[in-house]
Amino acid sequence: MNLKGLGTIAIKLLTGDSGKFFTLIMGVGFAVFLMLQMTSVFFGVIAKSGSTIYDTGADMWVMDKSVDNSKDNIPLPDYVLDYARSLPGVLYAAPIYVGAGTVKLPNGRYQAVDIVGLDDVSLMGRPIMIKGNINDIYSSYAFIAIKDADLKKLGNVHIGSTFEINDHKGVIVGFGKNPMSGLFGNPTLYTTYTRATEDLPTTRFTISYVLLKIKSPKYIPEIKKAIDKLGYRALTSKEFTKVNAHFYTFKTGFGMNVLIMTLVSFIVGLSIAGQTFYTFVLENLEKFGALKAIGATRKELVFIIVIQAVLVGFVGYGVGVLLSSSMIALGHLKIPNYAAMLGYGNMLAALVMVVFITAFASFLGVRKVLKVEAFEVFRG
Amino acid sequence: MDNKKISIRVQNLTKCFGSGEAKTCAVKNVSLDIYYGEMLYIVGPSGSGKTTFLSLISGVLRPDNGKVIVKDTDIWSLDTDSLARFRLNNIGFVFQDYHLFPRLSVLENVAIPLILKGEDWNKAINLAKEKLQMAQLPESKYELPAYKLSGGEQQRVAIARALATNPTILALDEPTAALDGDTGKKVMQLIKERMLTPERTILVITHDSRIFEDATRIVHMEDGVIKEASLNEIH
Ligand SMILES: Nc1ncnc2c1ncn2[C@@H]1O[C@H](COP(=O)(O)OP(=O)(O)OP(=O)(O)O)[C@@H](O)[C@H]1O
Ligand SMILES: [Mg+2]
Repeated sequence: MNLKGLGTIAIKLLTGDSGKFFTLIMGVGFAVFLMLQMTSVFFGVIAKSGSTIYDTGADMWVMDKSVDNSKDNIPLPDYVLDYARSLPGVLYAAPIYVGAGTVKLPNGRYQAVDIVGLDDVSLMGRPIMIKGNINDIYSSYAFIAIKDADLKKLGNVHIGSTFEINDHKGVIVGFGKNPMSGLFGNPTLYTTYTRATEDLPTTRFTISYVLLKIKSPKYIPEIKKAIDKLGYRALTSKEFTKVNAHFYTFKTGFGMNVLIMTLVSFIVGLSIAGQTFYTFVLENLEKFGALKAIGATRKELVFIIVIQAVLVGFVGYGVGVLLSSSMIALGHLKIPNYAAMLGYGNMLAALVMVVFITAFASFLGVRKVLKVEAFEVFRG
Repeated sequence: MDNKKISIRVQNLTKCFGSGEAKTCAVKNVSLDIYYGEMLYIVGPSGSGKTTFLSLISGVLRPDNGKVIVKDTDIWSLDTDSLARFRLNNIGFVFQDYHLFPRLSVLENVAIPLILKGEDWNKAINLAKEKLQMAQLPESKYELPAYKLSGGEQQRVAIARALATNPTILALDEPTAALDGDTGKKVMQLIKERMLTPERTILVITHDSRIFEDATRIVHMEDGVIKEASLNEIH
């Protein structure tokens, strides 16, 4: 088989009509774009929903057995903390409080905020300071605010700004940032565990999670078992992220809808791309018939179609990736906290889909071409 | 004609379409010997089975019954791909509506059979030039996409393509149907003068009585059956 010559013919047949070729590429490109866009939003949203777990940097989390997402704060009794501290393999254990509060703004309005109370001793899970000193967190009424897009909902705050939180006084003593910003658009305030659980009356007076730093991963099964015996649950950060993602994917209407839309986008993308290529083959059926009559073997016909499918698939994929990365870049530029994330995972998923689509479409095309009677062409 | 060598031997060829009530037999038990050096015309009314017959003997339509022996090969005993290769090397087609690849250049169109044969691209393009010269297409058209050519020019490209691999058999279905009288006549004369050699057989299906005089023999087809006809009879 004359691979080079046939390849050249295949490409020329495909690209000869530049209008049709463009349509074909745009069809596949748009399908890829759709898939990437939806999966990016989906993964982005899910990743952000677990930002607390990521940001805290703990190795393991101890929690109530019914916790299924990182916003849950089902209180744990103090002895869980003591028990965790006593376990072999635990380097240290610290409580953390995760909850919500209400800030009264100078203009009289209220704004919901996320409150994180850090262990007074270790400050485990602290944010990265960008302004002020972390030790000021110990001063009276002190809060450290996370400088993200949501902060401006508290108005124009600076170090020394005072406010009312759950009818208590609060002072901003510094600004920090987290590696990953959260999904829900509330400002985040950090304070000490003691103040979070004692000074803010509407909150519960107990531990939300016990954070563990461990000596080595080999202790993980042991720790889990011990905590389980106590009636609670210990998860590694990775596991907790998964549990959390599962929660947002399947147990919230929001996650479920995005998931369904993502699946729909795959199906729509699949059919657009498949349909476009299949139509191309159908439109060229008589040309394949002529090739057949002239004397092309089945292998040669299949080769030509596969070359064309691969070319359309890859160029279309490139166009799709380009479209969606520029779209997402634009999103990040214009929308604070824009959640879409174009990762290797979904790019690979889209690539697999494109390969699948083109393989399927060319399979249908090949079947059709191999079936066409050269005689039909001959008859005109 | 007894001393001539047979290039195609057709034996008891039958082809029917459909089944039951709708069954029509387009070719009915036809036997015919065709010789080297012949320019054989197959004429007859529409629907009489001419295209079907030509397809059967040139290896693009499988008969229900009978044999076609081309250059000592029983073509319908070959498997699909061997037959495709046999066609590539031995039979050139000029389809009724040419079936050129409209977006490929004239040269590329003619080069296709050579590419299939395994020639490398440049060699194929050079050979294509020779064939196009033979088909008397002006050189200024070689690089144009085929769809930009007139009907008569496309016809010449189709002829050049059919002859690209130097086939023994050249099969043309209604070659002049889409051409005006003068152009049609010119093309047929070109074929007769330049392409008909003692080693070749040319088969022509036509309705066009103006070109009958170019035939070396004419057979008449009616309702799936072939009758020999003398040139005078036809005129
Ligand atoms: N694929 C097919 N299915 C069913 N019937 C067919 C098929 N191909 C041809 N026929 C029938 O066979 C008969 C002969 O057709 P054919 O095309 O060989 O005629 P023809 O002599 O070439 O006619 P024309 O001069 O109009 O081209 C016709 O009745 C036609 O309807
Ligand atoms: Mg016909």
